[in-house]
Amino acid sequence: MSETHEASVVRENLWMKALRTAGVPLLSVVLAMIIGSIIIKASGMDPLLAWGALLKGAFGSPDKWAAGNFREFGDTIGRATPLAFAGLALAFGFRANLFNIGANGQLLLGSITAAWLGLVLAGLPGVLSIPMILIGSALAGAAWAFIPAILKAKVGAHEVITTMMFSWIGLYLTSWIIAAPLKDAAGNSQTPMLAQSVWLPTFDKILPGLFRTPVNAHLGFVIAVVLAVVVWWVLKRTTLGYGVRAVGFNQWAAQNGGISIAKTTVYALCISGALAGLAGASEVLGTNHRMFDEVSAGSGFGFTGIAVALLAKSHPVAVVFSALLFGALSAGAGMMQLTANVSDRIIMIVQALIIFFVGAETVITWFIKRRQKRALEEKGATDVA
Amino acid sequence: MPILELRDITKIFPGVRANDGVSLRLERGEIVALLGENGAGKSTLMNVVYGLMAPDGGEVFVDGAQVHIKTPRDAIALGIGMVHQHFMLVQTLTVTENIILGHEPSRFGVIDLVSARSKVSDLSTRYGLKVDPDERVADLSVGMQQRVEILKALFQGARILILDEPTAVLTPQEVRELFGVVRSLVAEGLSVVLITHKLDEVMGVADRVVVMRDGRVVGETTPAETDQVGLARMMVGRDVVLSVDKAPSKPGETVLEVRDLAVLDDRRLEALRCISLVVRAGEVVGIAGVDGNGQRELVEAIVGLRKPTSGSISLRGKDITHAAPHATIHAGVSHVPEDRQRRGLVLEFDLAENLVLGDQSDAPYASAGIMHGRVIDETARERIADYDVRTPSIRVLAGNLSGGNQQKLVLAREMGRDPDLLVAAQPTRGLDVGAIEFVHRRILAERDSGKAILLVSMELDEIMSLSDRILVMYEGRVAAELSSEEADAERIGYFMTGGSNKDGAPLQKPATTVAEGGAS
Ligand SMILES: Nc1ncnc2c1ncn2[C@@H]1O[C@H](COP(=O)(O)OP(=O)(O)OP(=O)(O)O)[C@@H](O)[C@H]1O
Ligand SMILES: [Mg+2]
Repeated sequence: MSETHEASVVRENLWMKALRTAGVPLLSVVLAMIIGSIIIKASGMDPLLAWGALLKGAFGSPDKWAAGNFREFGDTIGRATPLAFAGLALAFGFRANLFNIGANGQLLLGSITAAWLGLVLAGLPGVLSIPMILIGSALAGAAWAFIPAILKAKVGAHEVITTMMFSWIGLYLTSWIIAAPLKDAAGNSQTPMLAQSVWLPTFDKILPGLFRTPVNAHLGFVIAVVLAVVVWWVLKRTTLGYGVRAVGFNQWAAQNGGISIAKTTVYALCISGALAGLAGASEVLGTNHRMFDEVSAGSGFGFTGIAVALLAKSHPVAVVFSALLFGALSAGAGMMQLTANVSDRIIMIVQALIIFFVGAETVITWFIKRRQKRALEEKGATDVA
Repeated sequence: MPILELRDITKIFPGVRANDGVSLRLERGEIVALLGENGAGKSTLMNVVYGLMAPDGGEVFVDGAQVHIKTPRDAIALGIGMVHQHFMLVQTLTVTENIILGHEPSRFGVIDLVSARSKVSDLSTRYGLKVDPDERVADLSVGMQQRVEILKALFQGARILILDEPTAVLTPQEVRELFGVVRSLVAEGLSVVLITHKLDEVMGVADRVVVMRDGRVVGETTPAETDQVGLARMMVGRDVVLSVDKAPSKPGETVLEVRDLAVLDDRRLEALRCISLVVRAGEVVGIAGVDGNGQRELVEAIVGLRKPTSGSISLRGKDITHAAPHATIHAGVSHVPEDRQRRGLVLEFDLAENLVLGDQSDAPYASAGIMHGRVIDETARERIADYDVRTPSIRVLAGNLSGGNQQKLVLAREMGRDPDLLVAAQPTRGLDVGAIEFVHRRILAERDSGKAILLVSMELDEIMSLSDRILVMYEGRVAAELSSEEADAERIGYFMTGGSNKDGAPLQKPATTVAEGGAS
C-alpha cells in the first residue's frame, strides 16, 4: 500500500472525525441559543438585542479594544480559567470511564492549601512561592481523590458515591478551617488577604503594552492552556495515557493486555483530583487572592466542570474552548440584563440546555440524519425533475 | 418473483469499496449461502439490506417493488430480520424483554409482559428453539443467545432471515440444531441468507451459493455443481489445501506445568477440579470438550485473568500461579482470547494501538513511560502485512475491520510477540478457509521452532489436525488424554460427553490415571 494513499485515508478520517466530534457540541450550543431566544421573545424582549448585549458584555467592542481596553474579554477569560482546570479534571476521569462528580471537594482542598501556603510563603519571591503553592494544591486535590480511588480499586465502591461524600466533607472541613484557624481578622467567611508576591499576575501586568487597562485575566489561564496540551500529550503519547484510554474503552481487553485496572483507576482519579486542586489554587492566587467560604459563596466550579468536560466530549484541548464559552456566557449575562432587560437566569437555562443536548446526543444525531435525509430527498426530487 | 433482490449495491468506506455493484436474488423458501474471504463485503451488504448502513448506490426490491430501507425499523416492517455476526442483545435484560425490545406490546400504555411472554414461548416451541423466556441474557450460553436473536427476528415477523456467521460460535451439536431450525423455517416459507465460512455447512444446507471477493460477486453455483475444494477456489482465487500435514513433533523440555489446579467460575462454582497437565516445547496440546466444561477457566487461570483456589501453574519452572496478566506476558505467555471483541481488542483504538496492547510499556515500543509512535507504527505495518489484515491504513479503528480481520489482528499481535507459550482459544473463529490454512501453518511453524502451544477449540477437525496430544475435558477434569494417532472424532466425542453414553462404565477411574499420566 502506498504511503500517499494511506495518508489521504488518514486525512479524510481526521476531517470526518473532527466533524463528527465537534458537530454535536456545536449544534447543541446553537439549539440551546435558539430555544433561549424563543424564551426571551416569549417574555416580550428582543433576542437579538439580548445576544448583542451578551457579546458586548463578554468581549467588549472594537473602540474599546483600540484603546487597549480588554476588560470584558479579560472577564471572560478570568471566569473561564477555573472552569478550564475543572473541565480538564473531569475530562481526564471520563477518559478512564470515571465520573469524578466530587471534583468540587478536591478543588476546595486545593483552594485552602493555596490560601494557607500563600500566607506561609509570603516572604519568598513569586517565582519560587507560586510554583510551590501550585504543586501543594495539586497534591492536596490528589490526596482528596486518593481515598475514593483506593476504595474503587480495592472494593469497587462507586466513585460517584465516594467522591461526592468526600466533596461534602471537603466543603465543611474548609468551611471550618476558614472559620477558625485561617480566620481573617476583618471578616468571618474568608481567609486573610495574600501578599502581592504570591498573586498570579494579570495580563495587564504581563503585557502592559497590549493591555493598557486592568483586566481580570491572569497567568492561570495560560497555565490551563499549557496543561490542556500536556494532558492531551499524556493521553496520546504515554503509557499511562494509553492505559487510561484502554481501561476507559474496554477494561476487559485492557486487563488482558496486562494493564492493571486498579492502578490505572487510582492514577486517573488522583490526576483528576490534582487538576481540580489547581482550579482552586488558580482562583485563590489569580482572582480572589484569598479563599471565600464555599458554604456561603457557593461558586461550584467543580460542578460546572462536569458540563465543560461534557461539552468538550472529554477532549483536553476542546475543554479550553468549552470553558471559554461558559466563561463568556457568565461574563456577558450582566450586560444582557442591564441593556436588554433580560434576566441572567436565561443564561442558566441556556447552559442547562447545552448540557441537555450534548447528553442527548442521539437526539442531535437524529436531527442531523433527518437533515441529511431531507437533503437527499430534495436532491432525488430534482434528479427526477 | 424473487422475495428479495439487490441491484448494483455500492458501499464505499474511506479507502475501501466494501461493495462494488453487487447484485443478489433470493427466492421464496430458498437458502442462499453468501461466501467470501474476510473483508469481501458480506456483512456490509447485509447491513445495507437491514438498514444499518446507507448504500452509496444501488436498488433494493422486496416482492418485486423497489424499497428504500433507511433504518432497521424499515427493514423489520418489510419482514427482514437479521442475526448479527456480533450479537446485539442487552445483557442485563431477560430473554422476553430482549425479544420485545423496540416492539413492546402494550395494554393501556403498559407493557404487556404476560402476553409477550406467552407469544415468545409459542414461537420457541413451534420452531424447536428451546429457551427459558425468563432467564437473563447474561446467563445464557452463546448458542442460547443466538436462539434469542432468531426468536427476536421471528417475533418481529421476519419473512427474510439474514444469518451472519451464525455457526462461528456454536458447538457442533448446536450447529445441527440450528440447521434443523433453519430447515423448519424454510418449510414454513421463510427465505434465508446464510453467511458462513464453513464449507461443509454450505454444502449441507444451501440451495444456492453466491461467492464474493473484494466487494464484487465473482460467481454463483449450487452444492450439486461443486464441492468444498471448488468453493474454496472460487472464494480465494487459488487452490486451498483444506487439510494440513505436519511432521511428527519433537517435544523438548516442559514449558507449562499445571498441577492440581482448582478454579471457580463467575458464579463461584467449581469450574476446574484438580486438573493437571503439561505442555512441552515443540508440541501442540489440544483441549477438546463441550463448551462450558472448564476450558475458559483453565485458559484464564493460566494467563492470569482468574485466581486459582488451589494448585499451581509454572512456566519453565517459574511459578506463575498468582501472576497477573502483566507478569504472564513478561514471562512469555501469549493469549488469543475466545472473544475477540471483549477480551481481544479495544474497538475504539486504531490498529497500531491494538497491535501494541500487552507490550505498551516495553522497549522498543516505549521507554520511561513515553510511547514511541514510529516504532509502534512500523511494527504494526509489518504485522498487518504479515497476517494479511485487509485494511487501507493502520489508522483505521479496529471496530471498523471485518470480523475475520479483527481476528487476524489479534493473532498477529499474540503470535507476533514471539512467546514461549501460546494459549490460543478458538484461534480461527470467523476466519475464511484461506486464512485458516495460513494460521494453521503458522501454528505448526511455531511448534517446529520450539514453542509450546495450548490450543482450545470447539472445532474437532482443528484439534485433530494440529494437536500432538489431545486432552478431553469434561466437568472440569481431564477425562482422557489421547495421542494424535489414537484420536478420532468418535473417541473424542465419547469422552466429551462423559463417556457414559456408550457402555455406562464409570469414567472417573481411568480419567484420573490418564490425567496423571499426562502430568508426569
Ligand atoms: N464501519 C466501517 N468503517 C470503515 N470500513 C468498514 C466498516 N465496515 C466495514 N468496513 C470495511 O469494509 C470491508 C468489508 O467488510 P465486511 O465486514 O463487509 O466483510 P465481511 O465479508 O463480512 O468479512 P468477514 O468474513 O471477515 O466478516 C472491509 O475492508 C472492512 O474493513
Ligand atoms: Mg462479516
